[in-house]
Amino acid sequence: MTASALTTIPPRTVTRRPGVSPRRAGWIRRAPLMPALIFLIIVTQLPFIATLVISFLRWNALDPGNRGWAGFANYKEVFTDSRLRESVITTIVLTVSVVLISLALGLGIALLLDRKFFGRGLVRTLMIAPFLIVPVAAALLFKHGIYNPVYGLFNGTLTGIWHTFGSQNPPQPDILTIHPKIAVEAELIWQWTPFMMLILLAGLQSRDGEVMEAAHVDGAGNWQMFRYITLPHMRRYLELSALLGTIFIIANFDSVFTITSGGLGTANLPYTIYETFYASHDYGLASAQGVVVVVGSLIIATFALRVVSSLFEEEVGR
Amino acid sequence: MTHAVPVTTRRPRRSYKTAGLGLAAWVIGVVFFIPVAWMVLTSFHSESNAGTNPPKIGAPLTVDGYRDFFGSSTGASPWPSLFNSLGASVGSTLIVLALAVPAAYALSIKPVRKWTDVMFFFLSTKMLPPVAGLLPIYLFAKNTDFLDNVWLLVILYTSMNLPIAVWMMRSFLAEVPPAIMEAAAIDGAGLLNILRKIIVPIAMPGIAATSLICFIFSWNEMLFARVLTGVVSQTAPVFLTGFVTSQGLFLAKVCAAATIISLPVLVAGFAAQDKLVQGLSLGAVK
Repeated sequence: MTASALTTIPPRTVTRRPGVSPRRAGWIRRAPLMPALIFLIIVTQLPFIATLVISFLRWNALDPGNRGWAGFANYKEVFTDSRLRESVITTIVLTVSVVLISLALGLGIALLLDRKFFGRGLVRTLMIAPFLIVPVAAALLFKHGIYNPVYGLFNGTLTGIWHTFGSQNPPQPDILTIHPKIAVEAELIWQWTPFMMLILLAGLQSRDGEVMEAAHVDGAGNWQMFRYITLPHMRRYLELSALLGTIFIIANFDSVFTITSGGLGTANLPYTIYETFYASHDYGLASAQGVVVVVGSLIIATFALRVVSSLFEEEVGR
Repeated sequence: MTHAVPVTTRRPRRSYKTAGLGLAAWVIGVVFFIPVAWMVLTSFHSESNAGTNPPKIGAPLTVDGYRDFFGSSTGASPWPSLFNSLGASVGSTLIVLALAVPAAYALSIKPVRKWTDVMFFFLSTKMLPPVAGLLPIYLFAKNTDFLDNVWLLVILYTSMNLPIAVWMMRSFLAEVPPAIMEAAAIDGAGLLNILRKIIVPIAMPGIAATSLICFIFSWNEMLFARVLTGVVSQTAPVFLTGFVTSQGLFLAKVCAAATIISLPVLVAGFAAQDKLVQGLSLGAVK
């Protein structure tokens, strides 16, 4: 179950023909891997090297004559620019809140869906739908169809409820202006809760029925069963869904771009970099921002990869 | 699971509780579905009935929103962008499979040395935000006439999905029992036969799950598509954002557009719910 399991993988079928040198056999083994590996190195690693180089240049596309070596000037700007500091905080707040809330909601809903009840399959299908709406479409739907203060569903429902009770003065909050961050977060939570729920539900259904039954017979209460059997079993599924959710939400661009266009303090790092490059055309600064984000991501990734690797070794060791 | 549990004395209380929890599940499911239902319903309303407060839920249905989306009033057809999305998604998915299946073979059935390191390299590329590599890719495309070219998206989507696909395919191929392959090899089956008769049938569900996930992520992608495409090769999500800014009173049209663009993903996802779970968990759940 531990790291030693990795080294004791059965050698499978070693069909080394006589006359084939071990060196050559190694390359035959590696051959099927090479196209994917080389492709990925070229398409993902080369651009980052280029980003690193450009980050040391003074390069604004609107001022092409003034291109040259900038040293650390771009980095100085990155770390002194309050806009970028804010977007770092926004990214963290956005990612942590969306991941934690959708994880908690997802677990609760998965626990409900794990029980037998009438129409369970249909409810599961309804629950998945938000995840299957194209992200840009979902963001547009929330911005115009739900949050719009004049004709959005949210205020429309408030009006409906107030009218039912005879009031002509329903509250009509402009959510996008008052709580822009919550508006973006709510949309993302709506999209990602089903994702968490699906993985966690599959985890719940892979619990050992006999263990559960034995615990029940021994008089374990619901809470005890959850605390001592379900939760330990679910740890890897919780970690996996949190990790995958983080990967996707940290890089989220569509919702911020569509719902608020980065305004009102909702600009996260991907949006800020996009804007520096696409609107300000400051290639040097955008690259320096990119490098800082990559370094930050690498720190998170190192931690995250350790989590996956422990899951992975469990799986391999099984 | 509960058949052997002697809880008959607690039945009445339990059945109330079970019904209550079932009802709670229904309520939550419906609440999550409301925005989708609202989107589809509004897409069939006329613009004057769509933008009302309180909402007119029982308003007469019409397909004007869909007509408008397909360009009846503006003349701007969404078909080219839908086909671009289809081409970029299907094309990149095919290339991903062509690269990922052999790679997964070399990581599971006949594993190379240090194959876990290779796995983690693949996954680590997924952890770098795509936006950080966007500028060099843009400059490269601009200087090589690749700007506004669907093939560039095919390549980028391939790299975006390849790590996920390798992880998924490895976990599926790892299920192939080595004993069967050894037995087949002893019986004189060649590599091609082993592939065709043993590996492919076991890997097929994995290939289906991988394709579904790759298709969805490519179809949804917007950042690269927005920056790197223009008139000729814009994809459906980019068309959608442009469509909004160019229209006036538009809620029904926007909902029609959002429904049409989400339809392929909805259909594929609903049809293959189990594959969706397998794929989203990188094959960890089977």
